[in-house]
Amino acid sequence: MAESINLKLKIWRQRNTKDSGHFETYDMPGVSTHMSFLEMMDVLNDRLIRDGKDPVAFDHDCREGICGMCSMYINGRAHGPLKGTTTCQLHMRHFSDGETITIEPWRASAFPVIKDLVVNRSAFDKIIAAGGYISVNTGNAPDANSLPVEKVKADEAFDAAACIGCGACVATCKNASGMLFLSAKVSHLALLPQGEPERKERVMRMIDAHDEAGLGSCTNTGACEAECPKEISISHIARLNREYLRAGMSQE
Amino acid sequence: MASSPKLNSRIPEGSLENKWTHLKSTVRLVSPANKRRLDVIVVGTGLAGASAAASLAELGYNVKAFCFQDSPRRAHSIAAQGGINAAKNYQNDGDSTFRLFYDTVKGGDYRAREANVYRLAEVSANIIDQCVAQGVPFAREYGGLLDNRSFGGVQVSRTFYARGQTGQQLLLGAYSALERQVAKGAVKMYARHEMVELVVIDGKARGIIAKNLVTGELERHFGHAVLLCSGGYGNVFYLSTNAMGSNVTAAWKAHKKGAFFGNPCFTQIHPTCIPVSGDYQSKLTLMSESLRNDGRVWVPKAVGDKRKPEDISEEERDYYLERRYPAFGNLVPRDVASRAAKQACDEGRGVGPSGLAVYLDFRDAINRLGQNVISARYGNLFEMYEKITGEDPYKTPMRIYPAVHYTMGGLWVDYNLMTTVPGLYALGEANFSDHGANRLGASALMQGLADGYFVIPYTLGEYLADDIRTTAIPTTHPAFDEAEKAVHERTQKLMGINGKQTVEDLHKKLGRIIWDYCGMSRTEEGLKKALGMVLDLKKEFWTDVRIPGAVDEFNPELDKAGRVADFIELGELMIRDALMRNESCGGHFREESQTEDGEAKRDDENFAFVAAWEYTGDGAEPSLHKEELTFEVVHPTQRSYK
Amino acid sequence: MIASLRMFYSSVGRKLVMAMTGLFLCFFLLEHLYGNLLLYKMDGGKAFNEYGEFLVGNIIIRTVEFALFGGIILHIIDGLYLTYSNKKARPVRYAVNQQSKNSTWFSRNMGLTGSVIFIFLVVHLRTFFVPHRILGAESSMAHDVASAFQSGMYASLYVAAMLLLGAHLNHGFQSAFQTLGWNNHKYASAIKTAGTLYALLIALGFSSFPIFFHFDIMGVASNILHTTL
Repeated sequence: MAESINLKLKIWRQRNTKDSGHFETYDMPGVSTHMSFLEMMDVLNDRLIRDGKDPVAFDHDCREGICGMCSMYINGRAHGPLKGTTTCQLHMRHFSDGETITIEPWRASAFPVIKDLVVNRSAFDKIIAAGGYISVNTGNAPDANSLPVEKVKADEAFDAAACIGCGACVATCKNASGMLFLSAKVSHLALLPQGEPERKERVMRMIDAHDEAGLGSCTNTGACEAECPKEISISHIARLNREYLRAGMSQE
Repeated sequence: MASSPKLNSRIPEGSLENKWTHLKSTVRLVSPANKRRLDVIVVGTGLAGASAAASLAELGYNVKAFCFQDSPRRAHSIAAQGGINAAKNYQNDGDSTFRLFYDTVKGGDYRAREANVYRLAEVSANIIDQCVAQGVPFAREYGGLLDNRSFGGVQVSRTFYARGQTGQQLLLGAYSALERQVAKGAVKMYARHEMVELVVIDGKARGIIAKNLVTGELERHFGHAVLLCSGGYGNVFYLSTNAMGSNVTAAWKAHKKGAFFGNPCFTQIHPTCIPVSGDYQSKLTLMSESLRNDGRVWVPKAVGDKRKPEDISEEERDYYLERRYPAFGNLVPRDVASRAAKQACDEGRGVGPSGLAVYLDFRDAINRLGQNVISARYGNLFEMYEKITGEDPYKTPMRIYPAVHYTMGGLWVDYNLMTTVPGLYALGEANFSDHGANRLGASALMQGLADGYFVIPYTLGEYLADDIRTTAIPTTHPAFDEAEKAVHERTQKLMGINGKQTVEDLHKKLGRIIWDYCGMSRTEEGLKKALGMVLDLKKEFWTDVRIPGAVDEFNPELDKAGRVADFIELGELMIRDALMRNESCGGHFREESQTEDGEAKRDDENFAFVAAWEYTGDGAEPSLHKEELTFEVVHPTQRSYK
Repeated sequence: MIASLRMFYSSVGRKLVMAMTGLFLCFFLLEHLYGNLLLYKMDGGKAFNEYGEFLVGNIIIRTVEFALFGGIILHIIDGLYLTYSNKKARPVRYAVNQQSKNSTWFSRNMGLTGSVIFIFLVVHLRTFFVPHRILGAESSMAHDVASAFQSGMYASLYVAAMLLLGAHLNHGFQSAFQTLGWNNHKYASAIKTAGTLYALLIALGFSSFPIFFHFDIMGVASNILHTTL
């Protein structure tokens, strides 16, 4: 494998939400294949600052694939070409010499661009605020082992709860639907006995919040599952639908 | 030694086991009608911040919560892997509140306050109850009950975990509790906001100046009390396992407004991280400590041996941990393992392209147990390693090197978690309180949640009970004017420098200095040299930094510049603290203070105190205040892992 | 908005409507295929015509027919609405988008395949349904079918439309199960297989008529065309 490669970056630049935005192309000679994708962006920004130009704004924080802050659409795919990987965990050895890499922000009306590759994902917080919790005040909890939970269910609840809220599902979905994100939380709480009392209200309220945010509906293409960096299954969407149907049928 | 009169630790009377119970039943209360009229500012939404904001809002206070990330769910608590300790004794293996307390005090090398640690151990069990009730999907056994594991070399299984993502699950639990209060209107959430100044009126913390990171606007926020839950300062080293945005700014601003800084030189360096691969490196990735259960650490015996590990025969390898510490072998505590790795590399026996790494070899474990077993235990970690390095650890040994991971030091707080500024509190990693000179594995999550869920809801009332008649102070008060003006002027100054070096350049220089002289091993000579270097760097920063863009827009470089400027000042204080503490304890290793065979040597006679530093003005030397540590229950002994 | 129908107005609710009407139409297609297969009885089209007359004469069937048209219309209107609101959810499109890496073309283009099928449906109804069921044509329906497929153009249009219908159903069938929540790890692959088999049956079954009749394979066309009832 080559130790370094030459690349061209075609990056979306947009000053602020109101700006219409455009692509700009940058030459990136001698990119070490050991770099992470975001480190390559650091190198580019370092150069831009030295040249007196505006660096490319992008969201990132933990750089170990868990905070869900990084969010780039790389060569037509959310978080780039590698399965089950966030942009910060993607390394340059997966690109080839001479390649042009197109980098765009998440695109959805619910995720307006703040600057360049940075978008506003507060719609996700609103969905959680609508019901993505169990209403238990601090200090009221019974002993943790007073409520056994079937291991299989606990494990599946964990699988759903592993969602990092990055928004790749919305970015990837042709309808910009947030169903995978939403279903991951509904499914996590529906699988646990603690979630039982609020089960019906929760799903109705969270779906309303999802729709109000201007996110699209699910047409079951499965793209979200394929691109999710935490490989969350669309079977959670099926469970969400089931929860909804059950709640809708029994609502007074 | 007596404690400084400026430090009142407010430790309740009574025996160790009764202090917290006693405080809880005698602490002053604020009636529901009055709580509605009291505003509380919470800075940071990690485990401590989110849990505090949610719990206080549940009690009826008006809470305003701030985080610099785009959502409270992204705070760096999310990255904690291993687990959370709790003295539940579900395994019937003899665990108890006392044992957890004892292990924590001992693990902290007798530099923590007994009363605080006991309380931490006491509430640990409630944390698990609370989190399970919130729906945190902890690992379970087939019978449906919670599973535990032993962690970090302790003799009981008291660690609760959710695969390798315990921090994430706990944070999402606290985050969901927080969002529930946001929906109720009890918490007003300010994401992409950073606290840039503390507002003090009549000696009390009364608000903050926050910067809206999207628009660059400065905002004034009043609070009857201000809670700093802003995490640690590991990024002073530039390279650490902290998130890119983790910073000390909120705590540092508070320090400059009168909050004493406790034990700044106590930093934890974690032994098993993926080594640096090049000068573009932006952060380090931790590999769980559990790897040392089956991996063997070694370097070549010969200096400068650059052959492939497979070509180095058994006789030519030095399994230095097993050799030096036959009793604990590869499982020695974090500080010991880190220091030993550094020594091996300093001798020129480090491996990999940089020579700054040692091998963590699974060959023998794979031969003994089979690849399937190893893969079941560590599959996800091996995968992560391969993703980052491109090497397959089943075939070739991992390369690891220590990295900065956690800071035990932080703002000095009393038993109620209040700093030396009345009305200003510090919770979680931002305070200095519970871990002494070294933190045990799986205790950071415990402390963050203990402070937020179970301590502050009680202790805050003690202060606010006097404040029920204070009506909200309008943010047109001159103190707000002044604070905002100071921020504005500083920003203008930064933007006006227009020098040649990027913020990253200067941050890297700072990291280099602190890592080399105030890292795993420290000497008087080195620290004195580093002090001069940091003071020079400060001048360099303020004359040569280059910040692109404008003030009134989304400008991450400007935000970073402000944080690095604070890190430089903190770096100076760390060095001073390390220089003053002429003993070795926990993560702080002074070469002057070691035993004949090169192990850390504590000096209880002269250094059994908390160093609390008072800011005395720009360019002036900070003044040291000592809080004496008395051990009534656990008697200090020298740690030995031989 | 009718309160009791609140649940059908959300994005998930509208999908439920799509799924329920879709499955209803799937069931209808099976019934339709059964009827058509009578054309292969080599009885000069007698059984087929009788079956057709039975359908016309039965009041229940006529009622169900209304439901069927209602279902089709609901399926179309809901589909249009979803397509419209989904487009609105992404006002700016990606310059580079490698959707083929994560989903199939047919799953992403149900609106398009559905529209083509709708056009076909209009032609199909105009050719057979309207003259016989509404205008009450006296001719043998089997005869009309057989002669219509003598046109190469017409027969190939039919085959093309049926293949598209198959693709639409291949995604639609399993998608309906997913939307109705009847999907989990255990059944996912079984439902997918069942959906594909169903889609193949419908596509190949219906395509066989234009092919067999156009080329008069096994004399199916001449058997009907040379018989006068």
